[in-house]
Amino acid sequence: MEDILKIADKIIHNRLLIGTGKFPDKSLVRKVLEASQAEIVTVALRRVDADSADENILDYIPESCIVMINTSGARDADEAIRIARLGQAFGCGNWIKIEVISDNKYLLPDNTETLKATEVLVKEGFTVLPYMSPDLSMAKRLVDAGAGAVMPLGSPIGSNRGLKTEELVRIMVSEIEIPVIVDAGIGWPSEAAACMELGCAAVLVNTAIATADDPVATAEAFSLAVRAGRTAYLNSGIAVNESANSSSPLTGFLRNIK
Amino acid sequence: MILRINGEEKDVVKCDTLLELINTKRLKAERIVVEHNHKIVLKEHWHEVSLNEKDNIEIVSFVGGG
Repeated sequence: MEDILKIADKIIHNRLLIGTGKFPDKSLVRKVLEASQAEIVTVALRRVDADSADENILDYIPESCIVMINTSGARDADEAIRIARLGQAFGCGNWIKIEVISDNKYLLPDNTETLKATEVLVKEGFTVLPYMSPDLSMAKRLVDAGAGAVMPLGSPIGSNRGLKTEELVRIMVSEIEIPVIVDAGIGWPSEAAACMELGCAAVLVNTAIATADDPVATAEAFSLAVRAGRTAYLNSGIAVNESANSSSPLTGFLRNIK
Repeated sequence: MILRINGEEKDVVKCDTLLELINTKRLKAERIVVEHNHKIVLKEHWHEVSLNEKDNIEIVSFVGGG
């Protein structure tokens, strides 16, 4: 059976989501998206600086991609809702990543405001993917509010520290029926693979790709890692043992083992 | 005339409509979203919105983001 990810009414084949911030050169975005075959791509909204208004990130995103607008810069639910509506007015779909942050040092999400924004925007017809601190009861509330997926952080945004929240994410994966997508903090492909091995539906990566020496090759590496982790999750079912378990016959080569 | 554009008071050449303002600033319509006094105005309606002193205008566009 084909392994597909369904979010809202969309069928997604590629479980690597890519953020478009921090690329040293915007033309790299297109190459990265082509190399990784990512289908869901995040962008942000900002006030126009009249001098740089001609450069638009959308020019570098293939039309086949789902553009998910993040609400970065929002400090409360009302600001997130306002950003979502502005993004919708642009006419590139209604996928929104709720990101409400009031802490400038660790950029950790405000789960309560995130829930408020999710409740309002789902009612307005948005497909809402909230970025959140991993917390089971909040994730359940977000499911009840109609979120399309929940996106717990692995570690702080842009920190490249990996899946520090593993135990909490594992519990969410086991208890939440909508897709759990690790967003933020993933620095190495092996960490993306680890997220997938424990059953996450997808991984969102930005900094680790955008700031790599070679973003295109790194995006490919992440894409492979996500596939590897997913394939292992679906098929491996290995048991972890305390003691050794020989992989070769133990009947003895030169002498019998007693 | 004085308008509050993207949070800053700006003295701009008098514009009768939102469309005139956008054209004056040489912004490309397909790349921006505009709020007039906190209400989103789709580009089809820019020519219908008349501007008054001290009106609040927000002009936003997409940038890279994670």
